[in-house]
Amino acid sequence: MHLSETVSSGFFFLAPWLVFAPVVGLLINLIFSKRFKFSENTIGAVASAASGAAFIVSILLAYSISANHGEMARWRLAEWIHIGALNIDWTFRVDSLSATMALIVSGVGTLIHIYAIGYMREDVRFKHGEERYARFFIYLNLFIAMMMILVSGDSYMMLFVGWEGVGLCSFLLIGFWFEMDTLGRPSWANSNAGNKAFITNRVGDFGFLIAGFLTFWYLGSFQFDQVFAAAPAIAASAPWVIVAITLFMLVGVAGKSAQIPLYVWLPDAMAGPTPVSALIHAATMVTAGVYLVTRSAPLFTLVPQAQYIVAMVGAVTALFAATIAVGQYDIKKVLAYSTISQLGFMVAAVGSGAYVAGMFHLMTHAFFKALLFLSAGSVILGMERGHHHLAHHKPSSPTLPPKGEGSSLSSRERAKVREKTNHSEEVFDPGDMRNMGGLRKTMPVTFWLYIFGTLALMGIFPFAGFWSKDEILLDASLHYPGVYWLLTIAAFFTAFYMGRQIWMVFFGEARTEVAAHAQESPKVMTVPLMALAALSLLGGAFNLPFDGFHNLGHWLSYTIGEAEALPLNLTVAGISTLLALAAIFISWLIYGRNPLKAGQIDPLKRPLGFVFTGMENKWFVDEIYFALIINPFKRISQFLADVIDWRFWHDFVHETVIAGAYNWISKIALNRYADQQGINAFGNWLGDATQWASANLRKIQNGFVRSYALSVMLGVVVILGYLIFK
Amino acid sequence: MVPVNDYVALSAVLFTIGALGVLIRRNPLIVFMSVELMLNAANLAFVAFSSVFQTFNGQIFVFFVIAVAAAEVAVGLALLVEIFKSKKNINIDDLNSLKG
Amino acid sequence: MTSDLIIFLVLSLIAVSSALGMLFSKNAVYSALFLALNFVTVAVFYLLLGAPFIAMTQITVYAGAIMVLFLFVIMLLGAESLAPSKALPWQKPLAVLLAVMLAVESIYLIFSRASSSGVIASPNAALNSMDSLREMAMMLFNQYLLPFEVASVLLLVAMVGAIVLAKQEKAGQK
Repeated sequence: MHLSETVSSGFFFLAPWLVFAPVVGLLINLIFSKRFKFSENTIGAVASAASGAAFIVSILLAYSISANHGEMARWRLAEWIHIGALNIDWTFRVDSLSATMALIVSGVGTLIHIYAIGYMREDVRFKHGEERYARFFIYLNLFIAMMMILVSGDSYMMLFVGWEGVGLCSFLLIGFWFEMDTLGRPSWANSNAGNKAFITNRVGDFGFLIAGFLTFWYLGSFQFDQVFAAAPAIAASAPWVIVAITLFMLVGVAGKSAQIPLYVWLPDAMAGPTPVSALIHAATMVTAGVYLVTRSAPLFTLVPQAQYIVAMVGAVTALFAATIAVGQYDIKKVLAYSTISQLGFMVAAVGSGAYVAGMFHLMTHAFFKALLFLSAGSVILGMERGHHHLAHHKPSSPTLPPKGEGSSLSSRERAKVREKTNHSEEVFDPGDMRNMGGLRKTMPVTFWLYIFGTLALMGIFPFAGFWSKDEILLDASLHYPGVYWLLTIAAFFTAFYMGRQIWMVFFGEARTEVAAHAQESPKVMTVPLMALAALSLLGGAFNLPFDGFHNLGHWLSYTIGEAEALPLNLTVAGISTLLALAAIFISWLIYGRNPLKAGQIDPLKRPLGFVFTGMENKWFVDEIYFALIINPFKRISQFLADVIDWRFWHDFVHETVIAGAYNWISKIALNRYADQQGINAFGNWLGDATQWASANLRKIQNGFVRSYALSVMLGVVVILGYLIFK
Repeated sequence: MVPVNDYVALSAVLFTIGALGVLIRRNPLIVFMSVELMLNAANLAFVAFSSVFQTFNGQIFVFFVIAVAAAEVAVGLALLVEIFKSKKNINIDDLNSLKG
Repeated sequence: MTSDLIIFLVLSLIAVSSALGMLFSKNAVYSALFLALNFVTVAVFYLLLGAPFIAMTQITVYAGAIMVLFLFVIMLLGAESLAPSKALPWQKPLAVLLAVMLAVESIYLIFSRASSSGVIASPNAALNSMDSLREMAMMLFNQYLLPFEVASVLLLVAMVGAIVLAKQEKAGQK
C-alpha cells in the first residue's frame, strides 16, 4: 500500500474500509449468527453498524478531501492483473465524485438497514421464512460492499467488478423469496424476476465490456487518468473510437440504469422485499449508470453527437415510463416506473453535459425515492397486518403457526402452509391500490411521510426535488430544446400519477375491510423515514442556484472541472411549477373529488380507451420482447440442444457411430472372429490335435512283446538301409 | 583259405534266423532259444575275427559271453517257471497287461 | 583251399538248417534238439577257426548245460504247441519281410563294402598246442582279471536269483 504523491495527511488510509466494513459485517452474520443464535435485532444491528461504519469512513474521506482543498488521493490496495501492457490494480480513488457517491450510498443505505430490521421481522413472518432473516442482511451488506467497490474504483475494470457485483446482489435480493410470487403462492415468478434482472443487465454489461475493450485497445489503459489523458489525441485522429466507446457505455447505462430498451427488469424487480427496491432500485444501483457517465465526462465532452444520443435516450425514457406509471395499479409498480422516469431525467442531464445537475438529482432522488419506497413498504405491511388481523379474528380461519416461533420448516412445507392459508381466504394482494383507500386515517405517520416524498418528487417548492429537477430542465433548455420539452411533459405526468396515487391510497373510504383494519408501522421503521423526509425537504440546500450556494457544483468541480453555475431561471421554474400544480388539480378532479369505490374501474379507462390499455399493459413491451427475441432464442436453443446435441451428436455420432463401431469391433470383430473363431479355435485345435495324436500313438503300446521286438527290428533295418544308401 | 567274409555272412544269417524266431514264435522257450542262437552267431563272428588277427581277445570275449548267457538262461527260465505258476500257460501273447 | 571251403559250406549248411529247424519246429523238444545240433556245429567251426578251448567250452556249457536246462523246463511246462493266435495278424508277414531285408542288407554290406579283410588260415597243429591255451589263460588272468571276477559274481547272483525265484510260497505262508 502506498500513498499517492499528492497526499500528505488525512484519513485516506481508511479508504479500504469503505469496502471492508460491510464485508466484516456480512462475515459476522454469516459465520456466527446461526452458531450463537443471534436474535433478529442483533443481526440487524450488526449489519446496520457495518453500513454505518462505511458511512463514517465516507464522511472522514470527504473531510480529508476538503481539508486538502479538493485534492484527490489514490490508495493502492493490491495488484490484480499484470500481463504485458495490461495493468489493473485494486486501487481506491478518493475524489469528490466518489466521495459523494459513497456518502449517498452508505448514508441512505444505513437508514434503509435500520428500516429493514423492522420490515423484515414482519415480512419473514408473513412469508413463513424466519430462518432467512440473517440471509437478507448478509446480502444487503454484500451489496453495500460491491457498490463501494464500484464507486471507489480507480479504473474501468474495478468499476466493472463492482458493477457486476451489484448486479449479482440485485439478483440475489430480488429473488429472495425465490420459491413464491409476491403474494406468497408457490411460483416461479420471483426467481424469474431475478433472472430477468440479471440477464437484462448482462446485455448492458456486454456493452460496457465492449467499451472497456475499445478503451484498452485504443487508449492503452483502463485507469481513469491515463484514459482521459490519452483521449483527446484519439478524438482528433479517430473520433469514431470515442463515439463507439461512449455509445457502448450507453448500452451499459441502459442496462444498469434502466433506460430504453433495457428497463424491463426494473418493474419486475419489485418482486423483492421493499427495502431492496428502495436501496438498490431507487437510490444506489440504478444510479451507477449515471455515475459512469459522470466519471467518463472527459470522454463524453469530446463527442457531442454521442452526448445528444444519451440525452435523447434519457428524455424519451423519462416520458415513456411516466406514461406507463399512469396506468399502474400496484403501489410499487408506480414507483418503479417513476424511478425509470427519474433516471431518464438524470441520464438526460448528464447527456446534456450538466453533470452537476445530474448528480444533484441523483442525490435528491435517492432521498425522496427511498422515502417513497419505504413508505410504500410501510403501507403494504400495514395492509398485511390488517389482513392477518382479520384472518385471526375470523372463527372460520385455520390456525396459523404462531408468530415469532423460529420454524425450521422446509420450503416445501412452508409452501403447503401458505397454500392452506391462502386457499381458505381468497388470495389477497396487499400492494394493489384498488384494495386500499382512506389509509390517511389508519396510518397517519406513513401518510405524512409519503406526502413529503411525493411533493419532493413532483418538484414542488421548497422540497429538494424542485431544485434538482429545475436545474436539469434549465440545462436541457439551454443545450437541447427537444430534450427540454420531453422532460417537461414527463414532469407533468410525474405529478399526475403521484397525485393519482395519493388520492387512491390515502383519501376516500377504505375499499376493502383489510384497508379499514390497516395498522401503523413501528418506530424502527418510521424513524429512519423521518430522517429521509427531512433530507427530502432540506436537501435542496446542497446546490441552490444562487451565487455562493452552488455547494455541490463547487465540490464536484474538483473532479469534473468547472461547470457553469447557472442562476435560477424563473421562467423554467415557473413553467414546471405551474404544470405540477395543474397536474395535481387534474388528478384531484378525477380521483380525489369522487373517490374510487370498491370494484369501480379506473375513471380514465373509458375516456382514453386503448391509450389507457396501453398504459396499463406497459405498452406491451415485454410481450414484444418475448415474441421477437426470447421465444425465438428459446426455440433455437431447444433445437440446438435437442436435435443437434442430443439426437445428432449424442444419439447418432456417439451412440450409433462411435459406440456402435466400438462395440462392433470389440464384440464382433475381435471377440467373435478374431478371438473365438481365430485364436481360441486354434488353441482348441491344438489341444484336439494333441489328444488325437496321443490317442493314436497310445495304440503302439499294445502290450505285445512281439510288436515291440518288431519295432526294434524295423529300426535296425531302416538304419542299415540308410547306411547302405548314404 | 576261407575269406572271413563268409564267416561273417554265416554269422549274419544265423543272427537273422534268431531274430525271426524272437519275432514270430509265441512260446517263450523258443524265444529264449532264438536269443541264444543270436548270441551264438555273434560269438562266431568274434572268433572268426580273432582268428584273422591272431589275437585272443575275441576268444576271451566269447568266453565271457558264454558265461553271461548261462547266467541269463538260468534266471530267465526261473522267471518263466514263475509265470507258468500263475498263468498256467506260457503264451507270451497273454503277457500284455502293460499296454497303454 | 577248396577243401576248406567245402568243409565250411557243408558245416554252414548244417548250421543254418538246424537253426531253421529250431525255428519252425512245432514241438519244443525238437526245437531244443535242433538248437543243440546247431551249437555243436558252431563248436566245430570254432575248431576250424583255431579256438579249441572255446569249442570245448561251447559244447560243455551251451550244448551240455544250457540246452539240458532248456529241456528240463520244456518238460516242466509242457511242449504242446500253442493255438494260433488271433492278435496282430499283420505281425508275422512283416517280421518275415524285415528279417529277409535284414539278411539281404547285411550280406550286401559284408560283401560289397568290406575289402578283403583277411582269410582264415587252415587250422594247424601249432595253433592247437597247449601254448595257445596257456597264453589265453595268462591273458584271462592278467588283463581280464576284473571281468573274470565280475563274471564269477554274476554267476553267483544268477544262482541266488534262480533259487529265490523258484522258492515255493510255502515259506511265505508259514
